[in-house]
Amino acid sequence: MSLLDAPAVTVEPVAAPPRQPGRGRYLPYYLAISPFFLVFAVFWLYPLGYSFFVALQRWDGIGPMHFVGLENFRFLLTDATFWTSILNTLLIWVMSVVPMTVLAMLIAIGLNSSVRFTGLYRIAYFLPNVTSTVAMSLVFASIFSGQFGILNWVLGLFGVDPVPWLTNPWGIRTAVAVMIVWRWVGYNAIIFLAGLQAIPDEVHEAARIDGAGPVQAFFRVTLPLLRPVLLFSVLMSAISGMQVFAESQVLVGNRGGPEEAGLTMVLYFYNEAFYSNDFGYGAAIAWGIFVVVVIFAILNWRIVQRPERRREVAR
Amino acid sequence: MIWSRRGRVITYLAMTAGAVILLFPYYWLTVMASNTTADIYAYPPRLTFGGHFLANIGQVFARIDFFGSLLNTLVVAVATTLLVLLFDSLAAFTFAKYRFPGSSVLFGLLLATFVVPTQLAAIPQFAIMADLGWVGSLKALVIPAAANAFGIFWMRQYCQSALPDELLEAARMDGCGFLRTYWNIAVPVLRPALAFLGIFTFVNSWNDYLWPLVVLIDSHHVTLQVALAQLNGLYVKDYSVVMAGTLVAIVPLIVVFLFGARHFIRNITAGALKG
Repeated sequence: MSLLDAPAVTVEPVAAPPRQPGRGRYLPYYLAISPFFLVFAVFWLYPLGYSFFVALQRWDGIGPMHFVGLENFRFLLTDATFWTSILNTLLIWVMSVVPMTVLAMLIAIGLNSSVRFTGLYRIAYFLPNVTSTVAMSLVFASIFSGQFGILNWVLGLFGVDPVPWLTNPWGIRTAVAVMIVWRWVGYNAIIFLAGLQAIPDEVHEAARIDGAGPVQAFFRVTLPLLRPVLLFSVLMSAISGMQVFAESQVLVGNRGGPEEAGLTMVLYFYNEAFYSNDFGYGAAIAWGIFVVVVIFAILNWRIVQRPERRREVAR
Repeated sequence: MIWSRRGRVITYLAMTAGAVILLFPYYWLTVMASNTTADIYAYPPRLTFGGHFLANIGQVFARIDFFGSLLNTLVVAVATTLLVLLFDSLAAFTFAKYRFPGSSVLFGLLLATFVVPTQLAAIPQFAIMADLGWVGSLKALVIPAAANAFGIFWMRQYCQSALPDELLEAARMDGCGFLRTYWNIAVPVLRPALAFLGIFTFVNSWNDYLWPLVVLIDSHHVTLQVALAQLNGLYVKDYSVVMAGTLVAIVPLIVVFLFGARHFIRNITAGALKG
């Protein structure tokens, strides 16, 4: 939540500045904050303007630029592969965020009950989040392997026919989504757990006295109180979901595998810009991704906030 | 909450099953890394540790410059972490405890930078690195990451709650200047926050993939993540060798994480709940 509410925060005056005369007394403060602004200006702000300029050119990154106007953007809008990459990214996000949120909530409830060793459980559940995506994508590539994968072997024990995970479009998307769930479920469980612990016991007590069963109490009392935490979690997953790259690239390669099913927006961007060396078009894709991310963030924000607003109107 | 005995057993079983499933990829990685490629492709697969780990890891060392890339990753992660700790905490301390002309506007600007997506800057960043002659150099990884808005924002929150004004006032009375107050008063108090930000930065830097892949192109100085991807691309038939390299590549980070896990996990939730 803090990231979203932050702009409202103002810097409060606290310690009085040292009693030095003149403007020079502020110099140490400006110097103290200057590294961030220098890095930002040189490596982020300037590149933003520059990337718009590049998007108007045909450029391989080495030779001379050729001005082509809005040609790259015009092509982008009719580029079926770009639209496929948007669709893939959204599909993979939905396929990961739904099971992840449910599982994370279950884990959080488990951790919040009076079991022992919660410290150990927490570490176990959190470990995937700090393990290199590239490394674990290599492991998952083997687990999901169609012929030799352990997953198909286990499924075989239950009489299920081998699933062509990495050669079937839905198999690929499922595999990528599973990897995302694996990486983030513990993180979100920890966040939900903190939210659960912040709810005072009296609230549960009151619900019990009013005759609510545990399930009813969860959906009517606990879940609404967790709303800000859920909002944070969904928005964070949306931000990282739009950036999926390494999982797809390691699992099915630069082209996203059969029917480009694993081709995410960032993977397509990487491909065009740094693999095909089409920097102008790459820059246009980057702006396209930016627009998609902004629209997606606004939609998300609205959907998650809506019931709250409706209730306020009803009052 | 009062739990029945049976409910408690079910909870334990479910929690343990979940943990086993989540940790299984690590076990499987170790199994594959310690067997031969033929064992991995065998049917039914070998489910237990084998004795080929040393042979496999020897192949890794022979085929890629593993220690070189390990050293590169370490240098980048340590340098980035130290710079971030210094620059972020200094800026956060200043924003939290001092007011100067433009401070609110500058902090608002800093927050606005959260929305800048990384790919948007990637192409021009690459062009800048080319102009600077930094393509293929580790500087290209460290310098753009030397200070970040998240760390300053997070640290500033911590400064506001952990550093009482009286303490700073007392330091001022004793004649401490700005830098001395930061170094002698603020830094010791901020130590827990620095530990979290340090682990966080180290982990992210260690695992970074897209930017090193782009900027270390055609270079002999690659980081571990890029080296792993190369190992996989070049020797995909020798899967046990790839897995041995992967295993050795994730161990240092797991050790760092376990070292500070409790503290780290407690802090990661702070951002979600405040505000």
